[in-house]
Amino acid sequence: MTATSTPRSTAPRPAEPEWVAELRRAGAARYEGLRLPTPRDEDWRFTDLAPIAKAELGLIRAPGALTATDIAPFLFGQAEWPRLVFANGRFQSALSRVTGLPAGVRFAPLAELLADSPELVEGTLGQLAVQPAAASIVGQNAAAFTDGYALVLSAGAVVDTPIHVLFVSDSRAARGAVHPRNVVVLGANAVASVVESYAALADGITLTNTVTEARLAAGARFDHCKIQRESTQAFHLATLEVRQERDSYLNSFSFAEGAALSRTNIYTTMAGPGAHATLYGLYLGDGRQHVDHQTRIEHAAPHCTSWEVYKGILDGHAHGVFNGKVYVHPVAQKTDGKQTNRNLLLSETAKVDTKPQLEIFADDVKCTHGATVGSLNDVPLFYCRSRGIPEAEARTLLTYAFAADVLEEIRSRPVVDYLEGFMRAWLLKAGKRVSGADGQLGRRAAGQETA
Amino acid sequence: MLEITNLTATAGGTEILRGITLTVNAGEVHAIMGPNGSGKSTLAQVLAGHPAYEVTGGSVRYQGQDLLDMEPEARAQAGIFLAFQYPVEIPGVTNAYFLRAAYNAKRTAQGLEELDPMDFLDLLEEKLKLVEWGPEIMSRAVNAGFSGGEKKRNEILQMAVLEPTLAILDETDSGLDIDALKIVADGVNALRRPDSATIVVTHYQRLLNHIVPDYVHVLAGGRIVKSGGKELALELEARGYEWLTEAAGAAA
Repeated sequence: MTATSTPRSTAPRPAEPEWVAELRRAGAARYEGLRLPTPRDEDWRFTDLAPIAKAELGLIRAPGALTATDIAPFLFGQAEWPRLVFANGRFQSALSRVTGLPAGVRFAPLAELLADSPELVEGTLGQLAVQPAAASIVGQNAAAFTDGYALVLSAGAVVDTPIHVLFVSDSRAARGAVHPRNVVVLGANAVASVVESYAALADGITLTNTVTEARLAAGARFDHCKIQRESTQAFHLATLEVRQERDSYLNSFSFAEGAALSRTNIYTTMAGPGAHATLYGLYLGDGRQHVDHQTRIEHAAPHCTSWEVYKGILDGHAHGVFNGKVYVHPVAQKTDGKQTNRNLLLSETAKVDTKPQLEIFADDVKCTHGATVGSLNDVPLFYCRSRGIPEAEARTLLTYAFAADVLEEIRSRPVVDYLEGFMRAWLLKAGKRVSGADGQLGRRAAGQETA
Repeated sequence: MLEITNLTATAGGTEILRGITLTVNAGEVHAIMGPNGSGKSTLAQVLAGHPAYEVTGGSVRYQGQDLLDMEPEARAQAGIFLAFQYPVEIPGVTNAYFLRAAYNAKRTAQGLEELDPMDFLDLLEEKLKLVEWGPEIMSRAVNAGFSGGEKKRNEILQMAVLEPTLAILDETDSGLDIDALKIVADGVNALRRPDSATIVVTHYQRLLNHIVPDYVHVLAGGRIVKSGGKELALELEARGYEWLTEAAGAAA
């Protein structure tokens, strides 16, 4: 299989320390050695990356130059949130906003941070994203990345508002690849919430291959919400790998709606006792979209808890994939883990491959998992109709409801509202009428009604 | 108002209703009683249009229309309301949204304008009093995590909002403690109008102390085996159903 882009063609980056250069060399070597995974590889069984290789996408050369109007639709109505904006992979200083953050917080483009204080991310960058399943694409990213975001909080630092990082591509990105690289380091008891969005202003065959590494020290809390709404011609590969120390908490949400082919890896290792991880996800597919999520939760210490709910709604000829593994190490006694994947098929031709897995090597644990694939249940449908709600409207309402409860797990209300609105638009686009004159379906809407 | 003639119905190929004939007029309360498996819940669900049941014979006319020809939503819009024995949980949809969608569907069917959220709120305030609830219930998801009693109260709240012409209560008393039973019964009584009718499906006489029927019908083996006044319910309470089901068995 040929390369998806040409990592060695990247220009040297004079400001980088030697350990970053070594990371790039190792990444390139790993990528050269492995090439892209194929469906013969168990971790990629249902997702064939051949179309990406075939597209032969080089690194995006076009500059990014966006206006405030361009990005306004992607800001959740929260223009005052700290944010970094990248256009076609390049940092947009004029559209970004990093002021107003409390002491002990560094939020900057990764390239900038590597130039002035690389020690802040040494030991994290390139050290956490090590799962073999993603080695090839992570290696390619290491070889080729130019920028991304870095967020470093010293012990006890707390950022109250969500921090937004927006990666947006425009028509100049067509037939190009971008490899964003992101690092988060939270000191002891630090608290931060990041919304990582991937959006497109134009249709185009593009590849995003993004990698985020996050290290949570003891007692830290990290909310990570990834929103993938790339163009429906795009390829999207993403890996988040987190390492959690004692009593830390990761709350991850992955929303995937765009891209012709997407694969999102969310991995966390709970390395200290008392750590807690919640992984939520919602994926929507229509047309011939292929949307794949792989999660891996490693219980590597005792008394850790994990809770995972992924939901999918698939219409047309869309293909959803969920592969979730909970791995309990021998030392991880008193593990409490629950994993659920539920899928709603809106057409006869949509399909889902779901594989929740438990691998347990400790004997005193409480773990459950389950998966469902089905169409709308007749009983609630009849219940709605028996109250006078027409069938088509009832179907839309119940489809929406299926997704709405998992969206509620996102900590930030404006993001929940935004995604609920997006869901309604998606249901409309897919030809499923949204009920109600104003389309207010969510809990927020009800709150307003009863205010 | 409602004229059921020789109605037969099956579920999964099994005949459950075997010829029901019953007339309900405006202003009346009819109790349908009978042992488990007699078909009384099936009758309630067939009237509401549950797709799990297939009507194999007979006719049902409602306000001059062929009821069996109508979709479930059209029946509801025409004033039929079934209070479910097991109200359905709909996580992700608030009570407020659900009620307003149902209310506006009926308004639309009647050629009226939909009510906006604020006007609907005013309307709700009155209805909530009937079931002794505060407004906080409206922001909870429909029946999700509700106790058995709360679910039944929620059915009555829906009924209050939709103001049915024909209310069918399917074992609304099951699983209720005495206080909840009274709230539910008082709600039903308050919603009675001279131009409306009520069918109360129940296994026990208890509810009928509160919602007093004009007629009591006993269903057994998919047929009405005995009809009478409210005293029949008391007799059933004292004697059980065996004497009637045996008689029905002998007649069949």
